[in-house]
Amino acid sequence: MIIWNLIAAAIRLATPLSLAALGGVFSERSGVVNIALEGMLLNGAFAAVVATHYSGNPWVGVLAALLVGVATALIHALVTVTFKADHIVSGVAVNLLALGATQFLCWVVYGNSGNSERVIGLEPWRIPLVDRIPVLGPILSGHSPLVYIALGVIILAHFLLFKTVFGLRLRSVGEHPLAADTMGVRVILMRYAGVLISGALAGLGGAFLSLNTHYFVKNMSAGRGFIALAAMIFGKWTPFGAAGACLLFGFLEALQMSLQGGGIPTQFIQMIPYLATMLVLVSAVGRATPPASVGRPYLKGSE
Amino acid sequence: MKRRGGQYLILQILSPAAAFLLALGVGAVIILALKENPVHIYTVMFRGGLGSVDGFGYALFSATPLILTGLAVAFAFRAGLFNIGGEGQLYIGAFLCAWAGFTLAGLPPLLLIPLCMLAAALGGALWGLVPGLLKARFGVHEVINTIMLNFVAMLATNFLVNRMFKEPDQMIPQTREIATTAWIPRLAPLARRLGIGLPDSNPLNYALLLSLIVAAAAYLILFRTRLGYEIRAVGQSPGAARYGGIRVGLILVLSMAISGSMAGLVGVNEVMGYRHRFLDGFSTGLGFTGIAVALLGRNHPLGVVLAAVLFGILNTGALEVDIFTDIPRELVMVLQAVIIICVVAGDMVFRRWAGRRMK
Repeated sequence: MIIWNLIAAAIRLATPLSLAALGGVFSERSGVVNIALEGMLLNGAFAAVVATHYSGNPWVGVLAALLVGVATALIHALVTVTFKADHIVSGVAVNLLALGATQFLCWVVYGNSGNSERVIGLEPWRIPLVDRIPVLGPILSGHSPLVYIALGVIILAHFLLFKTVFGLRLRSVGEHPLAADTMGVRVILMRYAGVLISGALAGLGGAFLSLNTHYFVKNMSAGRGFIALAAMIFGKWTPFGAAGACLLFGFLEALQMSLQGGGIPTQFIQMIPYLATMLVLVSAVGRATPPASVGRPYLKGSE
Repeated sequence: MKRRGGQYLILQILSPAAAFLLALGVGAVIILALKENPVHIYTVMFRGGLGSVDGFGYALFSATPLILTGLAVAFAFRAGLFNIGGEGQLYIGAFLCAWAGFTLAGLPPLLLIPLCMLAAALGGALWGLVPGLLKARFGVHEVINTIMLNFVAMLATNFLVNRMFKEPDQMIPQTREIATTAWIPRLAPLARRLGIGLPDSNPLNYALLLSLIVAAAAYLILFRTRLGYEIRAVGQSPGAARYGGIRVGLILVLSMAISGSMAGLVGVNEVMGYRHRFLDGFSTGLGFTGIAVALLGRNHPLGVVLAAVLFGILNTGALEVDIFTDIPRELVMVLQAVIIICVVAGDMVFRRWAGRRMK
């Protein structure tokens, strides 16, 4: 009984992670390191709550989160692709901006920089026949719609990345931009596309974070953006791999929550996801190779 | 050669200055959007940090930990490492410092004070060592590891403070007070003897001197020793450094350890010079602001000190604005982030512009 609850919780907890990790995959496959996933998650979470608050409709919140994620990604893309600054520094800067901006705007809207007011969330979807299945029912049905959307996005992402011309061009730009350029692929455009897609996905992930708990709390992303990056690395920069790794992390987080109140102090249990991330990274060394040109600005005619 | 050096120096100062002004501009737009007067707000803000001796004292007090975390980030940068773990390193360092302060209470000040400082540095060094080792041995990128360790450090110190070392009969999550023999005195008495009217209530203390000494030491190490040369060589090109016989792995580990130890020394200001105990969660993002300070200061110890003082003025000003106007202090957080973005983007623009000018 317990294990099924854990798996259901794992799916729920893995959703924002996998959306962010998918975003990471798109961005890094196009050659841009995206440390800013954390900031995009946070911004998306905040935008979802505020938009839902003012419109009364959580789907407006979802849309707002997506747009805000894209806007955040635009800053990162501008600084890294157009201004050719260091990708990691830009990512850290965007994260700091998101942290400050969300706290600042939270104060502006709600008069308090720590958390927002409660908003309505998304109604869970029940799949009519599936939820009758004795054991798998509660695991597969009754989740927030964003969980099912995320699942669809994962499949779509795999298809897009590996079965379409767009995906091929995106990947080529991340592996060998000069070669892609000589074949007529527009490197700058593809990199922007990669980063903006990552912003949209991470924003969606943020919407799930806040709408699922019905509140925005300051710094509520709590490192998920970075855990998503570790999942992406562990998943060898593929959508299914990254999503699978996120499920593992989600399971760990669910486990961590269920262990609280037991004998071990909560702080040590709360450390599990973070320590696990470090372990995952060490284990992925040598087994996972990133896209060849990731992190390197593309200067036409320089090579 | 000399002219080139001069042009670069101007750029080194112009780029951050322009970024700062640009950030102020963005801030002005935000203030206008909130239907306030930017000139008035900025006047209040700078009046806070610069308008009085007491205010400037607060600014310097606020700058002291930033000098240290800024140095930590800058030092690691020189080795090509991104130390985002300043927050975790300073928590571990500060806690160890406090622990030494109330555990070794029997010792005379001449022993206890250096021991506590050493504890702070060791704590930070340890926390920086781990990602350094993982990078050197396994090649794992330090960015994610340092960030993960930040969370682990916050949780670990939270546990230690609340479950093991809490001040008895108190609700506030802080430890017992450290021995008075470990206290670092405030600068106010000395300042007044020099004719500067700093009131006794001002928390500026001798830790400021320590942070300046550390900055000088960082400069000397980086630019006047062989170790510093090797560190900078590794930062420029690890492959070339290895080819030249430098032990890259060792340098990476040492750099992270030294970097972490600087962040750990924040404990001296916080625990020995101010609260005299460890307060859970006392850092208001000092580690992250250190990144902004290092970037603005161009990863040079002198630049870091100047940038830290600037941020100290901004922080003090933020409090002033928060009290006397309707704008919240979080505005400064936004300003700081905008500064980083402008510095980073502007740096590249300047460099290419300068490159073209010199051809």
